[in-house]
Amino acid sequence: MKVLVVAETNGERVLEKTLPAIAFAQQKASDGFTILAIGNDLQGAEALAGYGAQVVLAVNHPALAKPLAERYAPVIAHYAQQLGVDAVVATTSTFSRDVLARVAGMLDAPMLSDIITLERTNGKLVAKRPIYSANLIGTFEVEGTPVVITVRGPAWGKPEPKDNTSPVQAAEAPADIPTRSEWLSLRSSGGGRPDLTQARVVVSGGRPLKDPETFERYIGGLADVLGGAAGATRAAVDAGIAPNELQVGQTGKTVAPELYIAVGISGSVQHLAGMKDSKVIVAINIDPEAPIFQVADYGLVADLYQAVPELIELLKNNKGA
Amino acid sequence: MKILVSVKRVPDPYAKITPNATGDDINRDGLQMAVNPFDEIALEEAIRLKEAGKATEVVAVSIGGAECQEQLRTALAMGADRAILVQTDASLDAPSVAKILAAVFQREQPQLMLMGKQAIDMDENQVGQMLAARLNLPQATFASKISIENGCAVVERETDNGIEAIRVPLPAIITADLRLNQPRYVALTGIVRARTKPLETLTPAQLGVQPQVRVRLVRVEAPPPRKAGKRVSDVQELVRLLREEARVI
Ligand SMILES: Cc1cc2nc3c(=O)[nH]c(=O)nc-3n(C[C@H](O)[C@H](O)[C@H](O)COP(=O)(O)OP(=O)(O)OC[C@H]3O[C@@H](n4cnc5c(N)ncnc54)[C@H](O)[C@@H]3O)c2cc1C
Ligand SMILES: Nc1ncnc2c1ncn2[C@@H]1O[C@H](COP(=O)(O)O)[C@@H](O)[C@H]1O
Repeated sequence: MKVLVVAETNGERVLEKTLPAIAFAQQKASDGFTILAIGNDLQGAEALAGYGAQVVLAVNHPALAKPLAERYAPVIAHYAQQLGVDAVVATTSTFSRDVLARVAGMLDAPMLSDIITLERTNGKLVAKRPIYSANLIGTFEVEGTPVVITVRGPAWGKPEPKDNTSPVQAAEAPADIPTRSEWLSLRSSGGGRPDLTQARVVVSGGRPLKDPETFERYIGGLADVLGGAAGATRAAVDAGIAPNELQVGQTGKTVAPELYIAVGISGSVQHLAGMKDSKVIVAINIDPEAPIFQVADYGLVADLYQAVPELIELLKNNKGA
Repeated sequence: MKILVSVKRVPDPYAKITPNATGDDINRDGLQMAVNPFDEIALEEAIRLKEAGKATEVVAVSIGGAECQEQLRTALAMGADRAILVQTDASLDAPSVAKILAAVFQREQPQLMLMGKQAIDMDENQVGQMLAARLNLPQATFASKISIENGCAVVERETDNGIEAIRVPLPAIITADLRLNQPRYVALTGIVRARTKPLETLTPAQLGVQPQVRVRLVRVEAPPPRKAGKRVSDVQELVRLLREEARVI
């Protein structure tokens, strides 16, 4: 199988989220893989050269300064066709969902979203992916090439570094990039903590956190003593307690950190869909019947307003011990 | 301005979903069905645009078996003006759905197509983007705010990196995220009125489409269960176990 890996970029630089797609290619691209990075004056393409790709193609063009699907998809479709690849792959994210499904539409290609395994059985590609809010795992058979794929980050992990570096080549953008869609602005809360999808520890809070200040003090505070990221439920985001991009779950981010601490979270199937592959799950909830305890490795029935400050104190005092 | 809204029939988001005895589908006995929540949001947005005088007609379309009429009646009760069922018993993949929706789009010539960002059964999140590509139209996915002005839509999108705003000229395809709006409850008068609203049935063949399915669901299974965890009595014990047993801090 020959694979085109689409690097995730924000138009300015390559994002770390690209790595699971490269890990996928290392395992599955028996006939080699190419990495395609798109932007304008793009930084970080060289960092993709140490993973064994045949070549890293960097397409820079002023029309590609922001990651608009209408503009990126034709570039990807062009190189998929020119290279004659069997699969076009990126890590699952809002970027890849937006852009790659449009690529599939342009190529009239079948698509598999958010896969956790891929095998070839009797000449057919067979993939597993979570369905029904990750309540179930579906096995899918797919016919036809190329196939467009997004891979679920936590299932593929990090690629192995390789000794020989891949050449990084400047590549042309096709001449006819449509420019009807226009990028206006990006509002993010930023916040200095590690990226939720990459963090080793994630502390998430739910509806009982009341307001942004309380959320920051308890959830942010606990995340900081653990060097982790903060996450939230949809209920917390909807109530204005936490910013949108912290939402974990079926319609938010998928995380699988080494340690996930759920604070004041009931454990709805939609929330579990985004975090139940975490290595160790801790739940702190006042209700002993809360469904979150069914997936928690360690459950503490307690009022978060008592338990979390105690936890922060204990972790602070024990640092280095 | 005419708005086309797609509506998929899916299991109720709060229903318990389990594999069937043969493991090739879910257990559908007595399963409560509903309008895909994201489509309900798309529909609500279309109706609000009509109420605000920005749209003149809202047309709902569903693809599936005769039972999808139920969800189309819900759409009519919410406020859609008419409905189209493209009737087929085949289980279609996303490219096939996009192909059929493209044919409906071409027949109806709306200025705007609103749809859910994903169907909560297969969680694929593909059809809107594929449709936009097929029709060669601009797309704005994961919308949490839409303003229509001067033949354009300014759309705030929920991305992993924050809220992004983009402008797309109409006609365009916009897919709805959860926070776009809170769909209304259907009033009794709406349900009564919906009975007299037009619901047309077509076949893919009548639209000139022959679906060719290339992605097939062949097995459904429960994910491996997590091993039973333990209750801890206090914060001290929790920290000790995380350190000594789990070794994660
Ligand atoms: C289509 C769809 C998609 C969705 N997508 C997502 C998604 O991506 N992510 C997501 O999270 N949700 C999602 N939801 C919403 C989901 O169904 C739940 O409503 C939500 O996860 C509940 O959030 P919560 O646990 O914060 O709130 P609640 O369910 O209200 O739970 C709060 C918990 O806090 C506990 N508690 C209260 N006070 C205290 C205290 N002082 N100390 C300790 N514990 C306390 C309570 O016992 C309770 O268990 C989606 C829903 C739908 C329909
Ligand atoms: N069978 C269907 N009938 C009508 N609309 C559909 C159908 N399947 C998918 N859609 C639309 O496409 C959107 C995205 O679905 P998906 O790509 O399957 O997750 C849904 O929110 C629906 O609006």
